[in-house]
Amino acid sequence: MIIKKAQAGSLESSDCLVTVEPADAYSMSYSGQNEAIFKRRTERLALEIATRLSVCAHISIQDQGALDVTLRARIETALERAAGDEGVRA
Amino acid sequence: MSDTKSARPACRSMLYMPGNNPSMLQHVVAFGADSVLLDLEDAVSEREKDAARCLVRHFVKDVDFGKIIVTVRVNGADTPYFERDLKEIIPSRPAAVRVPKCHSPEDVTLADRLISEIERANDIPLGSVKIHAMIETAHGIEHAYDIAVSSPRLEALTLGGQDLTADLGVQKTRGGVEFLYARGRIVMAAKAAGLAAFDTVWTDLNDMEGLKNEATLAVQIGFTGKAAIHPSQVDIIHEAYRPDRKELRRAFRIVYAAEAAEREGKGVIAVDGRMVDGPIVTRAFNLINLARLYGIEKEDDLA
Repeated sequence: MIIKKAQAGSLESSDCLVTVEPADAYSMSYSGQNEAIFKRRTERLALEIATRLSVCAHISIQDQGALDVTLRARIETALERAAGDEGVRA
Repeated sequence: MSDTKSARPACRSMLYMPGNNPSMLQHVVAFGADSVLLDLEDAVSEREKDAARCLVRHFVKDVDFGKIIVTVRVNGADTPYFERDLKEIIPSRPAAVRVPKCHSPEDVTLADRLISEIERANDIPLGSVKIHAMIETAHGIEHAYDIAVSSPRLEALTLGGQDLTADLGVQKTRGGVEFLYARGRIVMAAKAAGLAAFDTVWTDLNDMEGLKNEATLAVQIGFTGKAAIHPSQVDIIHEAYRPDRKELRRAFRIVYAAEAAEREGKGVIAVDGRMVDGPIVTRAFNLINLARLYGIEKEDDLA
């Protein structure tokens, strides 16, 4: 369960900064230089992870050109950090 | 010519990559190293241990590294991260984990036991993920052979030079006289146990001549590979391992003779008028395997 605001990643090139906040319903925002190309991919990816982990949160992603594999890792880490000691699925 | 007879692929260079740096991780293939060491330990700050572990897990699982041997350096058993690192990294099946600060056989058997549990729980064939034991204390050096034979999962002993200088209370010198005993001891223990032996890193990025000398020393002493902390070090290490042409010509002759002897059912072979026995033939095969990495496939390529 998401109980607090948390971040993962960075604004370095090829990375992304993911911010997760508690929310009543799932929502997501994206910013990045290649928004036209990567926004939908990133939305799909974040939704897939949030659904798999059954989390309800606002996820904000500042993309610095991250690969899918990096996005996945950063989203998961941010969710873990926001979940507290009990873990995301608790 | 028959294919590889040596059990292990050549691993001359092991390039350290900071585990929390996606831009480095995604360029691993371009750096040309035989092997990468994705680092969760010293290259990652305390507050980013979780992020690095997650990033490395995803990279090892999902990214195609081609022929590069992928290993992960986990945090030591004396840290709160050790078990979690293994639990999350083993299921993504790196070729090996490098276990730092192996002071005694118990450090290896502990890692072995945990990895076995994780392999069982994830339906991974037992023994899939190897251990590279990093020896970086005087106690570890003195127990190098006991460590080397402590687990069938062990594939290599590696020297951790930076911690060892601290433990010995000595300065790192350009010639490396302070590590002569440690290097010899690690190579001897590793070879006696049939393991690979990897040398420590050269830390001065501005002194390529120093790296060249140290890499040459590592080859001469018997290390099978050397760690690198920067992509610019890889080529210099590989150059140090380039087989000598004269030696290579002889290796080709030995291998041809050995193959002819096998076809004709002869047990003993002679090359250049001298008897050649089993270990020499094995060494010749190893040398030819190594030469392939330099684009030399057959004797004619040496012309």
